[in-house]
Amino acid sequence: MIRRWCEAMGEENPLYVDAAAAAAQGFAAPVSPPAMLEVWTMARFRDTGRTAEDSMPVLNLFDEAGYTGVVATNIEQEYDRYLVEGDRISYTAVVDEVSPEKRTGLGIGHFVTIRYEFTDQNGDPVGRTLLRVLKFKPNLAQPAAASLSSAAEFSHPRPAITHDNAHYWEGISRRELLIQQCASCGQMRHPPGPGCPKCRSLEWHAVKASGRAKLHSFVVVHQPRIPSLQYPLPVLLVELEEGVRLIANGVGLPEKDIVVDMPLRLDWVEIEPGYVLPAFRAPDGEA
Amino acid sequence: MAALADAGIDPAEVDGMSTYTMDNNPEIELFRNIGGRELKFFSRIHYGGGAACAPIMHAAMAVATGVAEVVVCYRAMNERSQYRFGAAFTPDVLPTAEIAHYGNYVPFGLASPASWVAMSARRYMHEHGATSEDFGRVAVGFRDFAATNPKAWFYQQPISMEDHQASRWIVEPLHLLDCCQESDGAVAVVVTTAERARKLRHAPAIIRAAAQGSCDDQQMMTSYYRPDVTQLSEMKLVARQLYASAGIGPDNVQAAILYDHFSPFVLPQLEAFGFAKKGQARDFVREGQIARGGRLPVNTNGGQLGEAYIHGLNGVAEGVRLVRGQSANQPGACRNVIVTAGTGVPTSGLILSSD
Repeated sequence: MIRRWCEAMGEENPLYVDAAAAAAQGFAAPVSPPAMLEVWTMARFRDTGRTAEDSMPVLNLFDEAGYTGVVATNIEQEYDRYLVEGDRISYTAVVDEVSPEKRTGLGIGHFVTIRYEFTDQNGDPVGRTLLRVLKFKPNLAQPAAASLSSAAEFSHPRPAITHDNAHYWEGISRRELLIQQCASCGQMRHPPGPGCPKCRSLEWHAVKASGRAKLHSFVVVHQPRIPSLQYPLPVLLVELEEGVRLIANGVGLPEKDIVVDMPLRLDWVEIEPGYVLPAFRAPDGEA
Repeated sequence: MAALADAGIDPAEVDGMSTYTMDNNPEIELFRNIGGRELKFFSRIHYGGGAACAPIMHAAMAVATGVAEVVVCYRAMNERSQYRFGAAFTPDVLPTAEIAHYGNYVPFGLASPASWVAMSARRYMHEHGATSEDFGRVAVGFRDFAATNPKAWFYQQPISMEDHQASRWIVEPLHLLDCCQESDGAVAVVVTTAERARKLRHAPAIIRAAAQGSCDDQQMMTSYYRPDVTQLSEMKLVARQLYASAGIGPDNVQAAILYDHFSPFVLPQLEAFGFAKKGQARDFVREGQIARGGRLPVNTNGGQLGEAYIHGLNGVAEGVRLVRGQSANQPGACRNVIVTAGTGVPTSGLILSSD
């Protein structure tokens, strides 16, 4: 283990690998590089990634709150003695500080400072580490945008995903039309936004739309044209029975059959592999 | 420079500049190039054409508070030849709230200003019985004024209702002739104190009232979520402020410049300013009241459908000409003239008066 570590780190001090060199320094055998202090306490490698048991409970709390990104920003270590073969190292960790929310280049997050105390098999201290990590909400993955080089392919326009609308578009990708409902006053709202315009609460949950709707208005677009779409293109302003309106296209709905106030039902169209949008059709013989 | 020359003010005296967004000419670039000396007030108001009257309001406030004495409000664009507003809009996928807004429309092909207005217009027709011919009457009337305005793009090119109805669809229910042109052009308006203005070369136009407005679940061109999508709530808010500030009502207004990027929104503007009851503007239009010789001549310059699309500031200039009695289609003495800015967006308005 020490040999591998030294190779990986470019560490060439013979003290860590050569018995004669260690003996010359008064050690019975090669010693562990001090910077490996924490290594002896790490979980074994799993090719499926870390398990929850491998992680710090405090960091799991951040993961659950959406701060799934992690990056170490500071490590300070102190060593009391060289560790030698046969030592069994354990540690206790104390969360020293959690910073207020910071806006960083990686995303919004908190700096978490943890102090580790390492002890040997006799309970005697052998070293300490101060570790500061940034737990952050990764900047939201955006749908693959047409790059300049692929602009000629005219991919279908995609929405921009923000913290305020991510739930809505994620729902659509699962073929669920999710409407925000204020958790405080029950007001339904759309398009998505962080606050309730009626009672100002920031608490909300998503309600899955029933799919029953009627047509509030519509247009038929002729010009100008987006290369990836088919024209003439009817576009619908749909009023859901939940009381909110949204823009969508029709499916199986010829232009001649479209009239204001007609009943509609939610359906889905897969525009491109993995890119789903809501669309509305006439009810199938329902009242 | 022409506006300053008209006023008889040396460009070196300019100490304020105001414009609005979607103009590509920064205040300091223009200021440097007119030989400006000390710039003490500069503002650029958001929401494009909706802000067309707002620089006048900001300039008036700057002048009234003594922050500046001579403010140039301007608009210059090569929209026809350079950057076209009417194009289908395909936003970058940037995670900002303003870009995210378009995600609710563009993936479904609702991607141009004409389409955003057409959606409200269809509902207006459905609820209030207005027809494409009513929108046509608006367009025909404005093109009639343009035909006799030598500075209009469509000078000597009037249209008939048949032309309107036969023009191709852009976004149903909007025909081509319901949509304004795209123009290269510029307008500048000089705002100073009334005392100073009275000493200048021409009779001044007095800014009797100025207001901005945004309300009722306002969206950018797509206020489809308010209870009544047939009404321009933000224009009602502007109208209420203008009448209250000026101390007058619709009976005291002799002419109006109503923002006409698309003809349908002229109707709810007539309603917002009290010239017709809700949903009844079609009757006012059918009676010819907004056309030449009507009770309220509207867009005597030809409007943006007929004169040019300078994002509304050419309407302010026509408002000034009307109260000075200098319009190419002067309808008689105009004591008070209403000027409005872009509809369907956070907006603004003015009442200009003769001194």
